[in-house]
Amino acid sequence: MHAPPPAGDAIVEVQGLEKHFGPFKAVAGISFSVRRGEIFGFLGPNGAGKSTTIRMLCGLLAPSAGSGRVAGLDIVRDTERIKTRIGYMSQKFSLYDELTVEENIDFYSGIYRLPRAKKAERKGWVLAMAGLQAHRTALTATLSGGWKQRLALGCAVLHEPPILFLDEPTSGVDPISRRQFWDLIYTLSERGVTVFVTTHYMEESEYCDRLGVIYRGELIALGTPRELKTRHMPEAVLEVDCARPNDAMGVLERLPGVKEVALFGKGLHAVAADADAAGREIRDALAAGGFRLDRMERITPTLEDVFVSLIEARENANGSPREGHR
Amino acid sequence: MNLRRLWAIARKEALHIRRDPRSLGLAIGIPMLMLLMFGYALTLDVDRVPLVVWDQSGTVASRDYIAQFTGSRYFQFVRAVANYRDLERAIDLRDAEIALVIPPDFASRIESAQTAPVQAVIDGSDSNTAAIVLGYTQAVTATYNQRIAVDQIRRAAGGLPAPALDLRPRVWFNEDLKSRNFIIPGLIAVIMGLIAALLTSLTVAREWERGTMEQLISTPVRAPEIILGKLAPYFVIGMVDVLIAVLMAVYLFDVPLLGSVPLLFAMAALFIIGTLAQGILISTLARQQLLASQIAMVSTFLPAFLLSGFMFAIPNMPTAVQVITYIVPARYFVALVKGIYQRGVGLETLWLDAVFLSVFSTVVAAAAIAKFRKRLE
Repeated sequence: MHAPPPAGDAIVEVQGLEKHFGPFKAVAGISFSVRRGEIFGFLGPNGAGKSTTIRMLCGLLAPSAGSGRVAGLDIVRDTERIKTRIGYMSQKFSLYDELTVEENIDFYSGIYRLPRAKKAERKGWVLAMAGLQAHRTALTATLSGGWKQRLALGCAVLHEPPILFLDEPTSGVDPISRRQFWDLIYTLSERGVTVFVTTHYMEESEYCDRLGVIYRGELIALGTPRELKTRHMPEAVLEVDCARPNDAMGVLERLPGVKEVALFGKGLHAVAADADAAGREIRDALAAGGFRLDRMERITPTLEDVFVSLIEARENANGSPREGHR
Repeated sequence: MNLRRLWAIARKEALHIRRDPRSLGLAIGIPMLMLLMFGYALTLDVDRVPLVVWDQSGTVASRDYIAQFTGSRYFQFVRAVANYRDLERAIDLRDAEIALVIPPDFASRIESAQTAPVQAVIDGSDSNTAAIVLGYTQAVTATYNQRIAVDQIRRAAGGLPAPALDLRPRVWFNEDLKSRNFIIPGLIAVIMGLIAALLTSLTVAREWERGTMEQLISTPVRAPEIILGKLAPYFVIGMVDVLIAVLMAVYLFDVPLLGSVPLLFAMAALFIIGTLAQGILISTLARQQLLASQIAMVSTFLPAFLLSGFMFAIPNMPTAVQVITYIVPARYFVALVKGIYQRGVGLETLWLDAVFLSVFSTVVAAAAIAKFRKRLE
């Protein structure tokens, strides 16, 4: 596990940030700050407002309301100066497919006006970092997803920005490449670079120093992964392995001691305030319904449990109807 | 504006062009093809008009009259016919555009100093050509009339009076009155307008569609660097196109270039910059390649073809349409190219067109830069 950086000054500070597209509020008033040097994760489902927030921080979208500072600069007034101090990797691969690896790097070193001596050094660093030394003259279109991602990361940090914004950097990449990509993020972080990363992968969010959970444009939780699992999840989680989990879910949902049930892997995760009482209820109900129970135990909640629980709580608080169980 | 960033954009854009030889081929090939097609097909000259004759007289006099037609390069004898049915057929089948009917008493009437009627049937479906053919026919007949009159006077008076008037026409600038000399220079202007706007209409929209623009605008790069950087390599292609077109005009179509070659290329550069910028402006606003290329095509080709004065003289247009031509940049370039090419005049005569063209190019380039937003909305 990555050692959390010492608490320091904030490199990103946001107050009441909002973005409206017509009547739709993509971001509905969020406030948070990111400390210099930390890996800050933005976790949320698709369409929650992650990309919109990151784009406002990078000066690509004007906020509808609220204020914020990135690297000491105002995100409303100083967008062009912000762009000299950040690295940004958009969700979609956005280097030039018809250019070679080297040409893409050269292009962005020209755009960032790297001094001649620095240029060669940085190019060597990017090629080594991405493992592309042998492919420097390959057309970018021919690279695999993982290589493309690492090349894009390299081009985004050519000018050694103090903060890096990554919008779902590993979507559509195989697990090994994803792991390699996170190794690179750690390497950058160790050099003091602040990393702001959005993701909807739960296991990825475990790698972050701190997490903000965003849902329907609102920040519904903020803290380290450990804090989220303990502080935001007072209930217990029971892992239930039984026959026909899909049908069993319907049975468990009706139990008074069970707050919510979700399919998880081959089994079910049941959330309950009182683990022992709920355990007895579940055992009896399954037996009565003729479901074979293979195993039941209390587990440390995963971030996914926390995430589901947070969203359920938010839905219940809003009084809006649930879309149905998963 | 930073030159290194501009250079980086220009270099990248040039690489795109190099990696896409098909587009490059089209950028060079289409203007050549259009110049060939229009250069050969778009001719207003009427010559070798196919002619059938029904000579009912069959005398020396009638053959002499017919020879006035067939001997000129304006008419081409197709065949003789012997009745109205064949004559009509020849015209219906478009074997002939004109038919002459010479009556049986043609020679005797001339002999007895009477007026001999001659019928000319002309296909009027193409009114312009028909009018020209009619003019030729009248001219040939008038000349023949004059000869007969001279003969008769000489016979009667035993001498020849001096004619009252003697017109000595001298045609300037296009002495052979070849329509090609009039069309080709303007055609270069029209084709360059179309090609230049098409070339750049895809560049900005393509980056928006592919998502590469989002990465680019997250950097400190500035709008003028992007716009001018993208324009630069296409400017080179555009000037190569002009060079090829001018060489084709001179060596393939034998259109003489009377004026200053450097001035011609300087004006072409001005026009191409403006039109390339127009393509980029369209691309910036449309953000979609298909839409942008269609707008580019319609907004350059039609006005350039119809309203530039390239073929249809602006003073002959209704006043309202004439007013519109002032906002068609091709108008100024056509005037400049024709002036330099055909009349050999320089800026002392053409300065106003040059000023308007400069204004257009500057305004459009400035608009393209101003309309380029480093924002996602």
